Amino acid sequence: MTRITRRTTLLGLMGLGVAAPAAVTLSACGGGAQPTGGAGSPSSLSVWALTGAKQDTYQLTFDSWNEDNPDDQFAVEYFANDSYKEKIRTAIGAGNAPTLIFNWAGGTLADYAANGSIVDLSGQVDDVLSRTIESIGQVGQVDGAQYAVPNNDTQPVILYYNTALFEEHGVTPPTTWDELMSAVETFSGAGVTPIALAGQSVWPELMYIQYLTDRIGGEGVFQKVLDGEAEAWSDPAVTSALDHIQQLVDAGAFGSGFGSVAADSGADAALVHTGQAAMLLQGSWVYGTFKQDAPDFVADGSLGFMNFPAVEDGAGDPANIVGNPANFWAVSADAAEEVQQLAIQYLNEYNLNEEMVESFLGMGAIPAVQGLEEELGELEDGDFLSFAYDMVLSAPHFQLSWDQALPAAPAQQLLTSLSQIFLGEIEPADFVATMNGTLG
Amino acid sequence: MTAAPTATPDSGRRARRRGGGPGATGPSNWLLVPALAFFGVFAVLPLLGVVALSFFAWDGLGTPQFAGLDAWRTVFASPVTRHAMVLTLLMTLLSFVVQFPLSILLGTFMAGRQKYRELFSVLYFLPLLFSAAAVGIAFKALLDPNFGLSRAFGADFLKQDWLGSPDLAFYTIIMVISWSFVPFHSLLYQAGVRQIPTSMYEAATLDGAGRVRQFFTVTLPQIKYTMVTSSTLMLVGSLTYFDLVFILTGGGPGNATRILPLDMYLTGFRSYQMGPASAIAVILIVVGLLLSLALNKFSGSDQMDSQMEGA
Repeated sequence: MTRITRRTTLLGLMGLGVAAPAAVTLSACGGGAQPTGGAGSPSSLSVWALTGAKQDTYQLTFDSWNEDNPDDQFAVEYFANDSYKEKIRTAIGAGNAPTLIFNWAGGTLADYAANGSIVDLSGQVDDVLSRTIESIGQVGQVDGAQYAVPNNDTQPVILYYNTALFEEHGVTPPTTWDELMSAVETFSGAGVTPIALAGQSVWPELMYIQYLTDRIGGEGVFQKVLDGEAEAWSDPAVTSALDHIQQLVDAGAFGSGFGSVAADSGADAALVHTGQAAMLLQGSWVYGTFKQDAPDFVADGSLGFMNFPAVEDGAGDPANIVGNPANFWAVSADAAEEVQQLAIQYLNEYNLNEEMVESFLGMGAIPAVQGLEEELGELEDGDFLSFAYDMVLSAPHFQLSWDQALPAAPAQQLLTSLSQIFLGEIEPADFVATMNGTLG
Repeated sequence: MTAAPTATPDSGRRARRRGGGPGATGPSNWLLVPALAFFGVFAVLPLLGVVALSFFAWDGLGTPQFAGLDAWRTVFASPVTRHAMVLTLLMTLLSFVVQFPLSILLGTFMAGRQKYRELFSVLYFLPLLFSAAAVGIAFKALLDPNFGLSRAFGADFLKQDWLGSPDLAFYTIIMVISWSFVPFHSLLYQAGVRQIPTSMYEAATLDGAGRVRQFFTVTLPQIKYTMVTSSTLMLVGSLTYFDLVFILTGGGPGNATRILPLDMYLTGFRSYQMGPASAIAVILIVVGLLLSLALNKFSGSDQMDSQMEGA
């Protein structure tokens, strides 16, 4: 008895000892097997990409490259979104990064560039940039130098709605804030959740503050934050946007259970196509979710889509959009010179080439390339694709999601504080004070 | 580190008894080397690394910069981390209060000879077999107010914002944690109760003690040391609850379930502030060690004697 008790206690202690330093060891053993002679080796081509619908497209393009270049094959590995974001940073920090680094541009890309982890591609990737939408290509720049090029589809945030519910309750799609509020009132009174919101995932809540700040104060407001100006969050547009958000919450726009809705399981989209919620503000990628989870709902035209409503007397252009302009490839500075050149050759000849564009279009995604206007209309998802493509092309400003644009620590603080605004736990003034504390 | 002094006399004593001869010294202490090497490389070394890292500023890229006590000051000044400490304390206490009596009762029941006991035991035992990740995902789906249990059974009282409301989420998590860990502790108690000689109960019956009286005067005192073991594991273990909470809520809504281990992870791997994250890790280690030392001290289990006197 004595011995057993002792041992078990010790075991508990040892277990703790092992669990706590996981902060350090996790990086070394987290996620997936190392490819043989692949990622991390500076002398051969390697790449990590994300799992999901677009995985097939990446595989397609790397297969093409491998077929044409049997002596210099890409070692490809796929990761889920969150685990990738954690793994890539430690890999880059340890000098074990894959040749092609998948990224979201913004603050993280600037970190990599400042640390000398990635190669300045200026002047070397003109071929691929000539294919891409110019404004999106520019997102891959850090201080005017091209560090990354777009590698997939453009993902603006769109207001989806259930046309059947709108007809049933005699509501017209809201183009202004006031119309949105009266639609909220109508649906709420009829027992329908006006807007589905995946509050558990938190990041969908960002879309509201991004759009509202832009509509009310224009794109300059957040630019001041990015530039690190003192007290940049004190701009009245931010406070006003937060007030508008609290108006929505108080009016029951998101129902009472939005804190339990998760975006990764597609629960927010499910609320709309099952007729429990009328609207959904989400990225263009959710169209694919609708198509996959409720093909009939999409086919019979029950899915409507529009830009976020304008706010009366707002300084921002109502055609501005927010979202992810695209994802990007950067080239690792740890790779050997000739491997870097091969990677750049891949970017110019294979990245976003016709084969990839066709594959993206087939799944209802809008590749970030120019000159698709005519082609889009003829496709199965032509209405949606043309709408989103025009939306992107005609937008005076395409704001990168704030959590990607900001450095990691302020971005996390932003997500937490914003969720507390939605929960009614803090007031706009608290939010502004907390966020000002992350500047500089 | 602590494994060496306790393991050596143990193995030595056992070997001497078995060998019998005056010259037998038992297995060589070199046999400890593999275990010690693993423990050193995979536990002690990273632990020291974490302690060192807590004095540096590092964002995961580039070279860590020495920052003195900056990380420690950040941690103790951060309202989020202070809130996390309070939550962790609360979680430790509450999950203990829920799990301790349940485990004893279930364990005692499982040790008995009732009808259908095996069947129930198997059912109680099941949660122990599931991985925490699977339990987390399953409960997340079941507790979803829109598509979960409430919809399946049309039961409106189940349609609560279990994991999405700051007032409910914390308690929901304690329930899920208890559901996952009570089976393990019941198993400990079952073993403890089974070891009580039946003669004690016979004597108690002769003395006129009823079942309830027997439970309090025979069973409970006899499983005292099992209680110490189980409580230590429960309390120290609750400092490391991570996976379930991470999957169920990720620390949300707001900061409502951001307990210390989660705070450590989010600070380190979401905000990339390795210095403060390491400082939090050190706090967890120290608190965990102190807690189990204190438990051992106060319960007097460092001088455990036979409980079988009079049996």
